[in-house]
Amino acid sequence: MASDTSQTTPVLQMSGIRKQFPAVLALDDVGFRLLPGEIHALLGENGAGKSTLIKIATGVYEADAGQIRLGGVPVRLDSPTAAQRAGISTVYQEVNLCPNLSVAENILLGREPVRAGRIRWRELRRQAAELVARFGLDIDVTEPLDRYPLAVQQLVAIVRAVAVDVKILILDEPTSSLDRDEVARLFDVMRRLRDHGVAICFVTHFLDQIYEVCDRMTVLRGGRVVGEHPVAELDQVGLVRLMIGKDLAALDELASHVREPSGDPLLAARGTGRRGAIEPFDLDVRPGEVVGLAGLLGSGRTELARLLFGADAADSGTVSVEGEPATLHSPTDAIERGIAFCSENRKTEGLIPELTIRENIILALQASRGWTRPIPPARRDALVAEYIKVLDIRPADPDVAAGSLSGGNQQKLLLARWLITRPRLLILDEPTRGIDVGAKAEIQKLVVSLSEEGMAMVFISAELEEVLRLSHTVGVLRDRRLIARLAGGPDLTSDRIMTTIAGEVAA
Amino acid sequence: MNSPSPSPSAPSRRPWSRESLFKAASHRLFWPAVMLVALMLVNLPSTPGYFSVGMRHGHLYGSLINILIFTSPHILVGVGLTLVIATAGIDLSVGAVAAIAGTAACWWVVRAPDQNAAATALAAAGIGLAAGLACGLWNGFFVARMGIQPIVATLTLMVAGRGVAQLIGNGQIITVNSSSYALIGGWWGPLPSGILIAAAVVAATILLTRRTALGLLIESVGGNAEAARLAGVRARRIKLIVYVFCGLCAAIAGLMLSSNTSSADANNSGLWYELDGILAVVLGGTSLSGGRFHLGGTVLGALVIGTLNNTLFALGVPAQSNLVFEGAVVIIVCLLQSPVFRARFVAWRRRIPVGVAAARAASAEPRAPRVTGDPSGPADVPGAPAAPTTTEVSG
Amino acid sequence: MTAPAVPSAPARAGRRLASVMDSKQLPVYVTATLFVLMFAGGASRYQNQNFLSGQVVANLFIDNSYLLVAAVGATFVMLSGGIDLSIGSVIGFTTMLTATLVQKDHWPLWLVAPLALAVGAAGGALMGYVIHEFEIQPFIVTLAGLFLFRGLCEVINKESIQITDHGVTRLALFQIPLPGGTFLSIGAVLSLAVLAVAVFSLHHTRFGRRVYALGGSEQSALLMGVPVGRTKIAVYTVSGLCSAFAGLLFTLYIQSGDPLHALGLELDAIAAVVIGGTLLTGGSGYVIGTLLGVLVLGLVKTMISFEGTLSSWWTKIATGVLLLAFILLQRVLGRRR
Repeated sequence: MASDTSQTTPVLQMSGIRKQFPAVLALDDVGFRLLPGEIHALLGENGAGKSTLIKIATGVYEADAGQIRLGGVPVRLDSPTAAQRAGISTVYQEVNLCPNLSVAENILLGREPVRAGRIRWRELRRQAAELVARFGLDIDVTEPLDRYPLAVQQLVAIVRAVAVDVKILILDEPTSSLDRDEVARLFDVMRRLRDHGVAICFVTHFLDQIYEVCDRMTVLRGGRVVGEHPVAELDQVGLVRLMIGKDLAALDELASHVREPSGDPLLAARGTGRRGAIEPFDLDVRPGEVVGLAGLLGSGRTELARLLFGADAADSGTVSVEGEPATLHSPTDAIERGIAFCSENRKTEGLIPELTIRENIILALQASRGWTRPIPPARRDALVAEYIKVLDIRPADPDVAAGSLSGGNQQKLLLARWLITRPRLLILDEPTRGIDVGAKAEIQKLVVSLSEEGMAMVFISAELEEVLRLSHTVGVLRDRRLIARLAGGPDLTSDRIMTTIAGEVAA
Repeated sequence: MNSPSPSPSAPSRRPWSRESLFKAASHRLFWPAVMLVALMLVNLPSTPGYFSVGMRHGHLYGSLINILIFTSPHILVGVGLTLVIATAGIDLSVGAVAAIAGTAACWWVVRAPDQNAAATALAAAGIGLAAGLACGLWNGFFVARMGIQPIVATLTLMVAGRGVAQLIGNGQIITVNSSSYALIGGWWGPLPSGILIAAAVVAATILLTRRTALGLLIESVGGNAEAARLAGVRARRIKLIVYVFCGLCAAIAGLMLSSNTSSADANNSGLWYELDGILAVVLGGTSLSGGRFHLGGTVLGALVIGTLNNTLFALGVPAQSNLVFEGAVVIIVCLLQSPVFRARFVAWRRRIPVGVAAARAASAEPRAPRVTGDPSGPADVPGAPAAPTTTEVSG
Repeated sequence: MTAPAVPSAPARAGRRLASVMDSKQLPVYVTATLFVLMFAGGASRYQNQNFLSGQVVANLFIDNSYLLVAAVGATFVMLSGGIDLSIGSVIGFTTMLTATLVQKDHWPLWLVAPLALAVGAAGGALMGYVIHEFEIQPFIVTLAGLFLFRGLCEVINKESIQITDHGVTRLALFQIPLPGGTFLSIGAVLSLAVLAVAVFSLHHTRFGRRVYALGGSEQSALLMGVPVGRTKIAVYTVSGLCSAFAGLLFTLYIQSGDPLHALGLELDAIAAVVIGGTLLTGGSGYVIGTLLGVLVLGLVKTMISFEGTLSSWWTKIATGVLLLAFILLQRVLGRRR
C-alpha cells in the first residue's frame, strides 16, 4: 500500500490549486493525492494553507485555479452539498450535528425510514443501532446527542458520514479534545474504515498520532506543499523541520538583543493551569525579558497566554505580579496590573471593525479609566497621531474604519492599542502571522526596542527562527504542557527546539 | 474600497456633481430625510398653511408644532432605546414602563394634601422617575447579570408591566386635578413643554455619550462584545447603565403623557411605543445588531413617523391605515439595510445574473463552519461589514 | 461482532423513568405539576363555588381554544429558533375579515373560512420568505407583519361588527356532550384536533424533525443537508395558518369582529409556549407542553374570576411572573447540563 503509489488511481486528486485572498496568497500551486484505502495526514501550521485546502475540497471555497478530480473524473465542488453528493464526507472539529436530537436521529437525519409520511421509529432505531455496533460503539441510540461527551459525538458524526457508502472521509482535527482512550477508540474506527477501502484524510497537528495511525502524509508550509511522504520514510525530527523550518525572507534585518534581563520577576506563575486547556505550569517573566513560547499548533501556547491575562480564569495555581499575589479573573484585573494581551484572532477578538482607527486605538486606555473620565480630545488625538506615526499605520487617517485595514496594519493598530496603556508586560500572540514581510520586520524591531526599554514580553509565534532571535528565554510546549524552559543564546538553535518538541516521548 | 462612513473631506468640482449626489445618497440619513421632506410637501396642496407657525393665546401654533407635540414622547423613548439597541440588546417594556411611571405619579398626586402645590408635582415626578429607574434596574439585572436574552427579559415586564400599572391605579383611570402637575406636560411660555423636555433629554444624552467615554464603550460592546471584553471594557456595567437609562427615558415620556391628559391610563398610555421606538431607531440608521448608534437619526426617524401619522390624518386617510403604512415602512427600511438585498438589487440594476450564493458571498462569508483558524480568509465576524473588496453601493 | 446495542424495551422504560429528573421532558413535568397544584389549590379554596367540577376543566378548553391553536403555531416557530409577533394581529384580522364577509356581505361560512386560512398562510409564507432570503431578523419582520395585519384589519372596518348570522351562532353554541354531564364546544374539539396534528407532525414526520434540527443548530442542519430555507418558510406558514385558524375559533367564541380583538395575544401565546417548556432558543420542547402552558394560563384566569375580588389585570401580572419563573428555570436547567 505504501510504496507503489504511482499505479493506483487516486480517489481524490487536487492539482495546481491556487487561492488568493485580499491580503495573502493562501495556496500556491498545491497538489494533493488521496488513495483509496489509506489514512493520509495533512499537516501544516496556521497560515500554511491547510484549512483553505480543506475548505476547497469540501466545497466551502472555490479555487482560483487548479483542478479537482474524483476517481480520475474532473468535478466542480461549488457548495458543501455538492461535495457531499460527490462522496466527500467531512467531520469537522466542532462536530456539526444537532445536539438536541437523539443519536439515531442525527445519524439518519434526512434519511429516516418512512411509511406514508410517518417515520418508522423502531426501524430508525434499529438501523442506527446496527450502524453504531458496526463500529464497536456501545451507546444507546435513543439518548439525546448532547448527553454524550464530545468524543462520542465525534464518532457519531463519523457514523453518519459513512452511513451512506462514502469513498472519502475528511476528519478535521478530530482528536483535539479527546483523551488517550477516546483517541484509541477513534483510531480503531478509522482503521476499520480504511480496511473497507475508505480513503481518510486526517488533518491534525499531533505528531504521535500521525505516526500511530497514518500511512502517508502531506506537509504544507506558506501555501505550498513542502513534502509528500509515506510515514515510514520520514522521522519526527525531519517532519518538524519540514513544518517550521527556516524562513529566510524576513530575518536579515533582525536586530539582536544587547541587554540581558536581570532582577526579580515581574510576573511569576506557579502551578497555574486550566482543565482542558493547559496543564499546570511554572513561568517567570522578568522586566525587559522576552519569553518566547514555541510549539506546534494546539500545544497550548495561546491557552497559557490567556491565563496570564485573565482572558480565561485559571483552575489551579497562583500568579504573582511584582511579588504580590494577584487574582486575574478578567482582562480588567490584568490591565489594572499593567498586563496587555494582543490576541491572535485579530478579527474576532481584537478589532471592532466598524469603529474608527482612533476609537480602536484608544479603547483599552479609555476602558481602564472608566466611562466617567474621558481622555481629553486634544491629548487623545495627539496620542493617536503619535502611535500612528511611530508604527506607520496606513492609511494614516484616524477616522478610517478599522475593518478596512490590511492584516498588517490591523496588527499594528492592536499593538498601538496596548502600547498606549504603557503595560509592564505585553503578551503578543502570533503578531506577525499573515502579514507582509515589511510589516513583519517592523514589528520584530519594535519588540526588541521595547524590551530594551524595560518592558517584559511574552512572544508567541509558529515561526521558530523568529522566536529564537527575539527571545531571551524560550518555553517549549507540546500537547498542552510546558515541557521545557530553554535559555537563549548561541547554543539555542532551532534544531534543538525542534528536537525538544519532537523528541519528547509521551510518558 | 469605499470606507463605510462617508469621508467629509472629499472634494468635488461641482456641488451637484454625480459623485457628490451619489455620496449624499449613500448617507444613512438620506432616505429618512427625503421621506420627511416628501411627506411634508404632500401636505401642501390640502393644507396651504402647513409650514406656517403662528401665535395664539401666547402659544405657538401650527401643523409643525402639532407634529412636535405628538412626537416628543416618541423621541424620548427612542433615545433610550437607541442606547440599548446599540449594545445589541432590546427593550420591549418601554410602553409599559411609561404607563407605570404615569400611574405612579398620579397615584401620588391624588393622595397629596394639596394637589396644586409645586411640591406635589415635584414629588410626583420624582416618584415616576424612581419607578422608571426601578424598571430599568429590573431589566438590566436580568440581561446583564443573569445573561438572559434581552427580548425575553424585557418581554416579561412588557406583559406584566401594564398589570402592575393597573395595580397601582386599582384598575381605574386616575384623574388628577393639579395645575402644577399639568404644568409638566403643559405650556412653558410659547412652547409646549414636550418639545423642550425632549430637546433637553436629547442634548443631555448627546453630552452624556459623547463628552464622556460612555458612547465609545457602548459602541464597542455592541460592535464586538468579545473584543471589547478583552480590551478591558466592563460590558456588564455598560449594559446595566443603558437599561436603566432607557427605563428613565420611558418614565419621562410617561410623565409627559399623563400630565398632558391630567390622568393616567394604565391600559393605553404608551401603547405601541416600543414598536414605534424600534422603528425610529432603525430608520435613524442604528443597526439592530448593535454597534454605532445615531441619536440624531433616531430623532429624525421619530419625526418621520410623527409626520407620517399627521399627514395621513390630514389627508383624511382613516387613522386605521397608519399601521399599514408603518408596517410597509419597517419592511422597506429593513430590506434596504439588508446586505443580501442590496447586493441582489445592485446586480439586478446592472442586469448581472447573480445566484443567491454569490449574493451572499458579496456581503458576507458563506455560511460554513470555521474548519481551523485561518487568518487569511475573509472576515468571519458575524455582522461585520463586507470585506473591503466589495463595492458599497446603495441603490 | 457485538450484538446491536438496542437495550430491551423494559430495560429502556426503566432507565427512562429513572432519568426523568435529568431529561428534556422535565420542564413539561414541572408545568404539569404546577397545573395540578394550582387546580388543587383552587379546589380547596373555592369549595363552595363548585370549582372541582368537570365543567370547570372543560371550560378551560372551551375558553382557551383559540389560544391553544395560536400557541401551537407559535411552538413550530419557536422550536425552529424564531419568533412570531404577528399572531395577535392575524387573529384580529381574521375576525374582522370573517365578520365583514359573513355579516355584511352574507358569504357562507364554508367559503369564508378557507379564504381566511389562505390569507393567514400566505402572510406567514411571505414573512418566512423575507426572513430567510434577506437574512433579516424574525423579530423585525414579524413586527412589520403585526403592523400590516392590524392596519389591514382596521382598514376593512374601524368598528366592531356583531355577527348575528344564524349559522355562526348555532355553531358557536353547539355543545358536544361528554361523559359526566360536561360538554365541549366545537372550537375546543377543533383545537384539540389541531394539537393532535401538530404532535404527529413534529414527532412523526421528517418535516417535524427538520424543525427541531433547525432549532438545535442551523449551521449544522445546513451542513447535514436539511433544506433550511424551505423549512423556515414552512414554519412561518404554519404559524400564519394557525393564527388564522385561531382567528376563526375566536370569531366563533366571541361572535364579532373588532379591530381591537386579540391585541397583544402573541405575548400570551409566547408565554404559553415558554411555560410549556420550549426553549426560547429553539430545538427543545414538546407541543404537549404548550397545551399545559395554555391550561395553566387559563387556570390563572379562571381562578382570578372565581376569586371575585381580584381584577382581571392580575392575569397580566401572573402571566409575567410565570414567564419569568420559567425562563429562570430554563436557565438553571440549561446550566446543569
